[in-house]
Amino acid sequence: MPEMMTLIGGRSSKQGTTLCASKLGAEYAEISSTVEMNVEDMARLGLSNNSKVRLRTPVGEAILRCKGRETKDLPPGILFMTYGPLSSQLMAGDTAGSGMPISKNLDVEVEPIRDESGA
Amino acid sequence: MGENVKVVRDATCTFCGCVCDDMHLTVDLDHKRITKAENACILGKAWFREHAIEERPLALIGGRPATTEAAVEAAAQILARARFPLIYGLSDTTCEAQRVAVAIADMIGGTVDTTTSVCHGPSGIAFEGVGESTASLGEIKNRADLVVFWGGNPAEAHPRLFSRYSVTPKGMFIPNGRKDRTVVLVDVRRTPSTPAADIFIQVKPRSDFEVLWALRALVRGRRVDPSIERRTGVSLTVLEDLVARMKSCRFGVFLFGMGLTMNRGRHFNSGALLALTTDLNEFTHWVAKPVRGHGNVTGADNVVSWQTGFPFGVNFSRGYPRFNPGEFTSVDLLTRGEADAALIIASDPADNFPKAAIEHLRRIPVITLDPKATPTTQLAQVAFTTATYGINVSGTVYRMDDVPITLRPAFESPYPSDEQVLTAIRDRVRALLGGNRLPAGAPVAAAS
Amino acid sequence: MGSPLRIVNGRVYDPANGVNGAVQDVCVRDGKIVADVPPDAKRIDAAGMVVMPGGIDIHCHIAGPKVNLARKVQPETHRDDVQLRTRLTRSGTGGTVPSTFATGYRYAALGYTTAMEAAVTPLGARHTLEEFQDTPVLDKGFFVLVGNNLLLYRLLQEGRREELRHALAWWLKVTKGYAPKLVNPGGDEMWKGGRNANITSLDDKIGSFDLTPRRVIAAFIEAGNELGLPHPVHIHCNNLGHSGNVETTLETMRLAEGRRAHIAHIQFHSYGAAAGKSQSNPTSRARDIIEYINTHPNISADVGAVMFGPATIMTGDAPLAYMLRRFGSNKWVNADTENESGCGIVPFKYQDRVYTNALQWAIGLELLLLSEDPWRMVFSTDHPNGGSFMSYPRLIRLLMDRRYRKEQMAHVNQKALDQSALRDCQEREYSLSEIAIITRAGPARLLGLTDKGHLGVGADADLTIYEEDEDKEKMFSAPRYVIKDGELIIEDHELRADHQGRLLHVAPDYDPQIEQVIEPFFEDFYTIRFANYPVDDRYVPKGQIIPTTPSAAAAPATAGTRP
Repeated sequence: MPEMMTLIGGRSSKQGTTLCASKLGAEYAEISSTVEMNVEDMARLGLSNNSKVRLRTPVGEAILRCKGRETKDLPPGILFMTYGPLSSQLMAGDTAGSGMPISKNLDVEVEPIRDESGA
Repeated sequence: MGENVKVVRDATCTFCGCVCDDMHLTVDLDHKRITKAENACILGKAWFREHAIEERPLALIGGRPATTEAAVEAAAQILARARFPLIYGLSDTTCEAQRVAVAIADMIGGTVDTTTSVCHGPSGIAFEGVGESTASLGEIKNRADLVVFWGGNPAEAHPRLFSRYSVTPKGMFIPNGRKDRTVVLVDVRRTPSTPAADIFIQVKPRSDFEVLWALRALVRGRRVDPSIERRTGVSLTVLEDLVARMKSCRFGVFLFGMGLTMNRGRHFNSGALLALTTDLNEFTHWVAKPVRGHGNVTGADNVVSWQTGFPFGVNFSRGYPRFNPGEFTSVDLLTRGEADAALIIASDPADNFPKAAIEHLRRIPVITLDPKATPTTQLAQVAFTTATYGINVSGTVYRMDDVPITLRPAFESPYPSDEQVLTAIRDRVRALLGGNRLPAGAPVAAAS
Repeated sequence: MGSPLRIVNGRVYDPANGVNGAVQDVCVRDGKIVADVPPDAKRIDAAGMVVMPGGIDIHCHIAGPKVNLARKVQPETHRDDVQLRTRLTRSGTGGTVPSTFATGYRYAALGYTTAMEAAVTPLGARHTLEEFQDTPVLDKGFFVLVGNNLLLYRLLQEGRREELRHALAWWLKVTKGYAPKLVNPGGDEMWKGGRNANITSLDDKIGSFDLTPRRVIAAFIEAGNELGLPHPVHIHCNNLGHSGNVETTLETMRLAEGRRAHIAHIQFHSYGAAAGKSQSNPTSRARDIIEYINTHPNISADVGAVMFGPATIMTGDAPLAYMLRRFGSNKWVNADTENESGCGIVPFKYQDRVYTNALQWAIGLELLLLSEDPWRMVFSTDHPNGGSFMSYPRLIRLLMDRRYRKEQMAHVNQKALDQSALRDCQEREYSLSEIAIITRAGPARLLGLTDKGHLGVGADADLTIYEEDEDKEKMFSAPRYVIKDGELIIEDHELRADHQGRLLHVAPDYDPQIEQVIEPFFEDFYTIRFANYPVDDRYVPKGQIIPTTPSAAAAPATAGTRP
């Protein structure tokens, strides 16, 4: 049963340095396909670092790898990922007449993916 | 490293809106690489290191290598034929190039929009309604004794904002630097920026507007119910303490980011912060500054504003500039499938626009200008490889606080500049159309 | 630009050369007025028309960081007033702060060929120059804000007068500015550094500096004159808009001690205070101002007339803008610039029923109608502070047509008229020659532009040809021909060609040693590198350096009355 959480998109230092090299490169792809999740949430969902999760919004879905964060840094129920091709898959184009799509605090369904390889 | 080495002093880094002009670059001219960037932060170092000359075709048409001239012809044909073209991006190029891009949009009766519409566009909209009290970054360095960061993570996105401009530097009236300042940081989560603050205020997601409005009320001596804590995660005590500090400082500043603009409320959030800043001026000196992302997005705002009267999302279909966010902004034009061609300059929407917008980009003819291969250049019908501003090409850029700076490039590039390519496109389109396009029904003679 | 032109049958107004409506030929070739041209030269038949030099706006706000903020903050004014694209010309928008292309075309369409942007912060000079490149037709220059400059303050408080002069020259040269500008000297520093305080008297201490506005103003008048600048100093006095501020203005003018000084938009500085309970209500003291100017030929001023309708307060006087924000539309912009200056912007509207606005309107007219020397009380509305430049034709009509003026006086707040002397001077009407002086010849002379404002041989071929009309507003709204640098820009009321004007700037000499004083200040207190601060020539595709004539002695000089 997928859970609802709040996804915040943003920038990070690593994202900034890897995009200088190439947005088509492996490093950038790795950075932008990682999602930070609260460690308590991860424990409850049976996830560990690098486990895969599926995030889904009404417009699309993306599969990312988890990275845990302590509660003092990232409260439960909140996810963080850097902007990139995967965050785009989740973003709706409706700007409510403002020109600005919502890319922070998206409501997403979170579903762990059972990966047999254990990767 | 080769024998042929040059040092370029006082060069400018244009990775982020800090636009630091104290870069001292060591340049290996034989290999056309910057081997050292003194004073650069981690992002700046990557910027200088990774922008070498790549072996790529001058241009691609339909994925096949082509000359710049052939690509100019192909691009001009696309733009001359399009009925509702979009010119987008512009935040990572010079003002000289931006001016030509707006000229093309005016000529063909298209729409010009910049990355502002998906960045601080909402702050621009708020500005139009409320105004803004602001200052150049040196005022913050010299005078600010209370600095409040709201909805941003400078440690990762604008590292030297802290060290060169607003937190640690000593200033004329701040002789002890960091010790003479109180730093507050407001965000929904802890980030690497949090340790820089004396006071961290964690707000619940989607409640910035309520917090700002409560602060306005307290500043004006109104009562705020303690239930504000349940709604926002911030207690009345914390808010009252912050208000006391804000009223009693000598020079306060808000530095705010995407946490306000990209969120529920958008321009209402920015507007609330700008209005709060105005309110505080009743008591002491307060300024606010939106922290801008790309190196010359502020230049794009300035150029579009001076040439048209409006800051972004400007349409010229009727023969004069029209502004209406939501109608003429890129995400909307693409999501609704209205643009029938796109010229994308120094930007990569296919990397981070909403899904539906990217899908539409795949359906229409797209022309790109970019030094690197990106998801957007990969879907382009015509892709120009251009030189990198600030590294290969000179020109004017505006820092986030509207200070204009002239770039000092490090080494030459075999690729043309954005300005050169756009000028060639403009001239060819003008020849194809016989002058500026006049909308149907417009008077033919040059009446003013 | 090269092809020769002969204008025939027009009534020529060239007051600088004593021509007052005579019908005579005017010849143009290679961008200049010449004595004669070949018989096959293009002819313009100006029968029934008046020929004047092109208009010169000595004080307006049209380009730069402050202006662009004012454009951005008023999108609603642009929507109502669009500038259509043509085959040759760019589109734009208007309102009281038009976009750059519209600004150039509209000024040209009124017959103006030169304009001075009145207040630019040095850090923003590059921005002004970029906007200038996108402002067609006009020749342009700008005044550089120096009156709240903290390095210059330090030099002054330490008594280092020579270095102050060299630093001032440096600042003018590296920014490519035209003249030094003081705005509410000391006030901006009080605003930024004193928790939104302001200057209220010439003897207030300026924050942490051991200085007063009196010392600052005197020092800059001296330095500007010693440098021999074509326009030594341009002063927006302290206490703008305040009741009783005429005293501040008179005291400021006294500081010149015979040296040339120009007072900006003097209407806003000509107020007395009503007696008794309504002390905060201003009254007109225009007479006192006129009397002082009459007896002190070193002083000049531009009027800063107010016209009813929309305006934008856009000023380096940041505390003033803050005070006015509640009378505006509730939008307020403030922008501080490190070490240099500040600015404030408030969208505004002047209304004939409102006492202060009606008084301001009356005082502007009063100053011009009482003036005895049109060469030294020249025309301006401090566009857009007192009103848009598009209202210039109406203001001209008010000066030339006393019946029209009387009709308009009947509409305004009568209590305000009671406090002015407008009724006493209502018989006077400006002649075409006087209009030519206050809008062309006078500004040229005050700015030291010897090739402009007149039609003598060697002058720049900037001309305006108006169809004579009894309705002066109509006449001055739409010149039949406008010629810039010898090129026909407007013909039969239509824009024919796009044209780029030039940047007028000064390059006074200074002792290079001064850079060793300035550079450390940059290291410590600026956030831009000293090496990156000066503006290079690429920002001036077309420029003209106006010479300076420095002299060691600060000898009294006239601002120029008789030719």
